[in-house]
Amino acid sequence: MLQSSEKPLKRTKIKNMTLGFYPGCSLKGSSREYSESVLTVAKAFNLELEEINDWNCCGSTAAHNLNRELSLALPARILSLAEKQGLKEIVVPCAACYSRLTVTKHELSKNPELNNAVIAANNLDYKGTVDVLNIIQMLNKYIMPNLEGRIVKPFEHKVACYYGCYLVRPHEILQFDREEDPQSMDEIMLKAGATPIDWAFKTECCGAGLSVSRTNSVGRLSGKIIRDAKDRGAEVMVVACPMCHSNLDMRRDAINSFLGEKVDIPVLYVTQALGLAAGLDRKALGLNRHFVNVTV
Amino acid sequence: MSSDPHSSIISGLGGEVKEHTEVMVSHCYQCGKCSAGCPLSEEMDYPPSVIMRMLQTGNPELEEKVLRSFSIWVCLTCEMCFARCPMSIDIPKMMDFLREKALKEKKASPKAKEIVAFHKSFLDSIRYTGRLYEIGLFAGYKARTLKILDDLALAPKMMKRGKLNFIPELIKDRPGVASIFRKTIKKNKN
Repeated sequence: MLQSSEKPLKRTKIKNMTLGFYPGCSLKGSSREYSESVLTVAKAFNLELEEINDWNCCGSTAAHNLNRELSLALPARILSLAEKQGLKEIVVPCAACYSRLTVTKHELSKNPELNNAVIAANNLDYKGTVDVLNIIQMLNKYIMPNLEGRIVKPFEHKVACYYGCYLVRPHEILQFDREEDPQSMDEIMLKAGATPIDWAFKTECCGAGLSVSRTNSVGRLSGKIIRDAKDRGAEVMVVACPMCHSNLDMRRDAINSFLGEKVDIPVLYVTQALGLAAGLDRKALGLNRHFVNVTV
Repeated sequence: MSSDPHSSIISGLGGEVKEHTEVMVSHCYQCGKCSAGCPLSEEMDYPPSVIMRMLQTGNPELEEKVLRSFSIWVCLTCEMCFARCPMSIDIPKMMDFLREKALKEKKASPKAKEIVAFHKSFLDSIRYTGRLYEIGLFAGYKARTLKILDDLALAPKMMKRGKLNFIPELIKDRPGVASIFRKTIKKNKN
């Protein structure tokens, strides 16, 4: 499979490109299949990802819930390390990290006092010069233009593209896609051969950070999302956030107990679905790591 | 002061919110879109639009109830309220401020014990290793809440799928990260 997909690439002579890479903690732990699929897809399209050296956690929900300065200082350290490494642009596949890094850049650029406090806390240079891309932006910029001839196994399924919160909100700062009924992931899946469904829960919250502390709430919120997708005929959920994934996949027992039925629609990262369509190896895409079996 | 209900509150908790976040509670005209769109308003003691109204009154008793509310902790910061607010009021930013203040003044709702424990355990992990260590997070959370049995079935399933690291990922510059914590969190402690 891998070989057949590598051949047309050599013919098209795509230049090797390098892009900075901030995996974040989930991609090194409970959502490592997201990282695997991002790296596998990037490699198959000759896009080199250069990890930021000695990166730290962005602080996620916990930091901004408890301390504003901390919630800005942690992402600022990451951005400053990327600057030091000479990276102009980084991809942040985790939607939550993407949101935190982008919000930090924005807040520090418009608040000099906060900017100084955060630089002092970090004891590092920070200029705010690195561009932050989410996974959809990375795909659209570096992968989709080179897709011709690469869809060897069209992903012929009805898919519910689920964007969640952090990919599109706060729109005032992220300025990405539409905040209600976004389209960018649907367009990617369409090009991969899938049929994206129209549905109502694209940007409803899955319960995110309450997964451990209020699992029942997560079962209810994620359950409503799964139910709407199922009622509208989705065979696969496609996501771009490790928290959305872990809630929709790992919390399926809580979801099914809320729904009162067993729903076994699998949840794939957008990079996994695209990778399958490009004929990439299932194991390299991490499809063996899901709780809900990937039968597609 | 002015009796005009639409005047900007400059004192009280609403004033503090404005000072720290630039969020103007006086801009809210009670349309209720935030409460309608909030995925967790039914689990809150006061839905977001009611929190806004309570702050608008400037009444110290109601402000105290806001700080002691469960609402501010169960808020997921999903940002739906902000996205749909016709007045572009950044409610999530205000919620962050209220949580930080409630915690500092030891007014966090007892009902939010698990939520706060999760956040604190999360930050502990970063403070010591630089990155999130999921086993450490679970251990810290269980120690804080005594919810020993919760999610016990999850761990072996995660391990089988290679989703749990047995050894934490330690970054090199741990002193640098520890210093960030000292200079931000500790600085603000009374």
